[in-house]
Amino acid sequence: MTIKNVKDLNKIRKTSLATQKKHPKKVLVCCGTGCIANGALKIVDSVRDGLEKRNLKDVTVEILKETGCHGFCELGPLVIIEPQETFYTKVKPKHIEDILDKSFLDNEVIEPLLFTNPVDGSKITKYNDISFFKHQQRIALRNLGKISAHDMNEYIGVDGYQALAKVLFEMTPDEVIGEVTKSGLRGRGGGGFSAGRKWKICKDIKADKHYVICNGDEGDPGAFMDRSIMEGDPHGVLEGMMIAAYAIGAKEGYIYVRDEYPLAVKHLEKAILDCERTGLLGENILGSDFSFTIKIARGAGAFVCGESSALMKSVAGEVGEPRAKYVRSVVKGLYDEPTVLNNVETLVNVPTIIRKGADWYSSIGTKKSTGTQVFSLVGKVRNTGLIEVPMGITLREIIFDIGGGILDDRPFKAVQTGGPSGGCIPESMLDLPVDFDSLTEVGSMMGSGGLIVMDDKTCIVDIAKYFLEFLVEESCGKCTPCCEGLYQLLKIVERICAGKGVEADIEKMERLSENIMLGSLCGLGKSGPNPLMSTLKYFKDEYIAHIKDKKCPAGVCPELITYEILDNCTGCMACIPACGYDAIEGKKKEVHVITQDKCTKCGACYAVCNFDSILVS
Amino acid sequence: MKHNFDNLNLIFDKYPKTQESLIAVLQDIQKEYQYLPCEALEQTSEVLDVPLSKVFSVSTFYNSFSLTAKGDKVIKICTGTACHIRGAKLLQDQLENHLSIKAGETTEDMKFTLEVVACVGACAMAPVVVVGEKYHGSVKVSKVKKLVKAK
Repeated sequence: MTIKNVKDLNKIRKTSLATQKKHPKKVLVCCGTGCIANGALKIVDSVRDGLEKRNLKDVTVEILKETGCHGFCELGPLVIIEPQETFYTKVKPKHIEDILDKSFLDNEVIEPLLFTNPVDGSKITKYNDISFFKHQQRIALRNLGKISAHDMNEYIGVDGYQALAKVLFEMTPDEVIGEVTKSGLRGRGGGGFSAGRKWKICKDIKADKHYVICNGDEGDPGAFMDRSIMEGDPHGVLEGMMIAAYAIGAKEGYIYVRDEYPLAVKHLEKAILDCERTGLLGENILGSDFSFTIKIARGAGAFVCGESSALMKSVAGEVGEPRAKYVRSVVKGLYDEPTVLNNVETLVNVPTIIRKGADWYSSIGTKKSTGTQVFSLVGKVRNTGLIEVPMGITLREIIFDIGGGILDDRPFKAVQTGGPSGGCIPESMLDLPVDFDSLTEVGSMMGSGGLIVMDDKTCIVDIAKYFLEFLVEESCGKCTPCCEGLYQLLKIVERICAGKGVEADIEKMERLSENIMLGSLCGLGKSGPNPLMSTLKYFKDEYIAHIKDKKCPAGVCPELITYEILDNCTGCMACIPACGYDAIEGKKKEVHVITQDKCTKCGACYAVCNFDSILVS
Repeated sequence: MKHNFDNLNLIFDKYPKTQESLIAVLQDIQKEYQYLPCEALEQTSEVLDVPLSKVFSVSTFYNSFSLTAKGDKVIKICTGTACHIRGAKLLQDQLENHLSIKAGETTEDMKFTLEVVACVGACAMAPVVVVGEKYHGSVKVSKVKKLVKAK
């Protein structure tokens, strides 16, 4: 049906709510990329077959929901039974018969499939009792895991497009901008610039055209919240864009999505098509004077295209090289017209802010960083995944309360925030309240919200090398300080990792970093030395160990370590085929030996040994 | 290598004939042939009315595009930060050794291409290897040989 006015919209909302009420019993299957990788689509098929067998085929759509990502990908596929909120992990097709009979039709709980608390081994039944979810407050992720990701009517049923209706008929563009400014919403793509102020600057420029672009180019390695939001709540993103467009007077919008995210592209395409078909996109939306269209532009794998001017070049089909920004892209952006570029997470927050008000939003978080932030908590932590928490929460709470502590009970070493533009934060700063400004103060940054936890087995110098390798590869080559400077930094760090560093290297790196930061054209170069500088600041000892003692304390840098097999080797022979270099010899039930000449220190034997018999020193 | 270029028109017809469509067209060509054949680039230049030099510069700037043919199955090792910390380098070493090629190369029989990519956005299941279109999470050293067999 077409949605010609607010009345039509409310009719769909009512029908959707009535359906929900009529069918409180539901089987939610997480169909995010993570769960699909673990076999979620087979689970969906099994549930569908199972419902048919139980004569429930007619109401399959009402019962079975293919939802967006819950953020707990490691334990997928995830299945939730409503209304009890029973949370099942690592579900296989063979479990479905049992789940349907016992949990769905009856109220029983299937214990082996429940989440096991990693701290005390107890089983937890309900979704919201799990510490990973308990401490979260979901605004940007509000619909993820709750509704069918590609069903527009369900989105409308959870107050979807109500905020759009509100701005179109009850607010002027200036009032919308005022409300968003008052809410304190800051750009979640990394910069942290006030979204409302950006909109205001753009609106105030007289031009033939204004554009809205949604940045879904999520290039930061270690962050995947934008992907999950685009996959799991595409209409939330579209509604945010429509409100932004209304506020600044744009008629055209683009979503720039990474090509590596095929499912996000698919769901966004479907959402746009549904909106076009019903009239939520196009001319005179909901019967108002507001007209707007959205196109998808797929990125093609260039980290630098996360930078605004490079991204806009790429949308226009050109090479994504940044330009010097004497004039900002909000003033002269896509096709030289004023353009608002907001990140996915920023935009998806907007509809809720409009519905619930700026005061409500700014009451969450800290004074200067309001609201919540989505983090991707990954690395050497027990519970990995996506979390949304109020700004101002401490790193300790995130890593130890929500994340359940460090994997295998190893000591915590550092947490990396802000991707390749950020830095590593040491243990002494775990009680730091996380917000835009506090992270910048300690030499890191919020970035897009990646939190990569490292234990004592992670070599800090190797991490600095890793980020430099990444940046050298991704530097577009336009300006010398970034393109050549980062390359020289990498060469020095490589030398240190190989045990050939000299003490003067540290000062040289500091000086070079300073010049790169001052001289680079865009953010990639300006913040490029951050990972190196922050590790030098907080983990200088580890650099000294590599340079002076020629040792890698974490046991990572191949040139500085040796592998040996200890006497407690049981002779299980697991490491012999794992070694790709024929460096291990030994007979069954006899202690094996590594031939040092052949050993490349790849670590394969260490990874497969179940008896802690491999010593790295 | 001989290709059938009849499908190119189907790709061109999907988009407006302007430079704005260039990246999308190249992506579709890459998907169709697993790389960007020279002749396809020439036709793109003509149809979209974009100089061939510009088509070439876009083709070489972005990581998604390749100017050389790839193997039947492309194996991508994710080297995002989370995967790096959880042992992506070791997986790369094992796969390189097993396939006797380096990352970025294709086996002689054109069966496999090995690539390293920066973050596929599945960080909670690190380390991740993508074989064809299928994501494999929490990959262990012992699973590497199976990945290559998985057809």
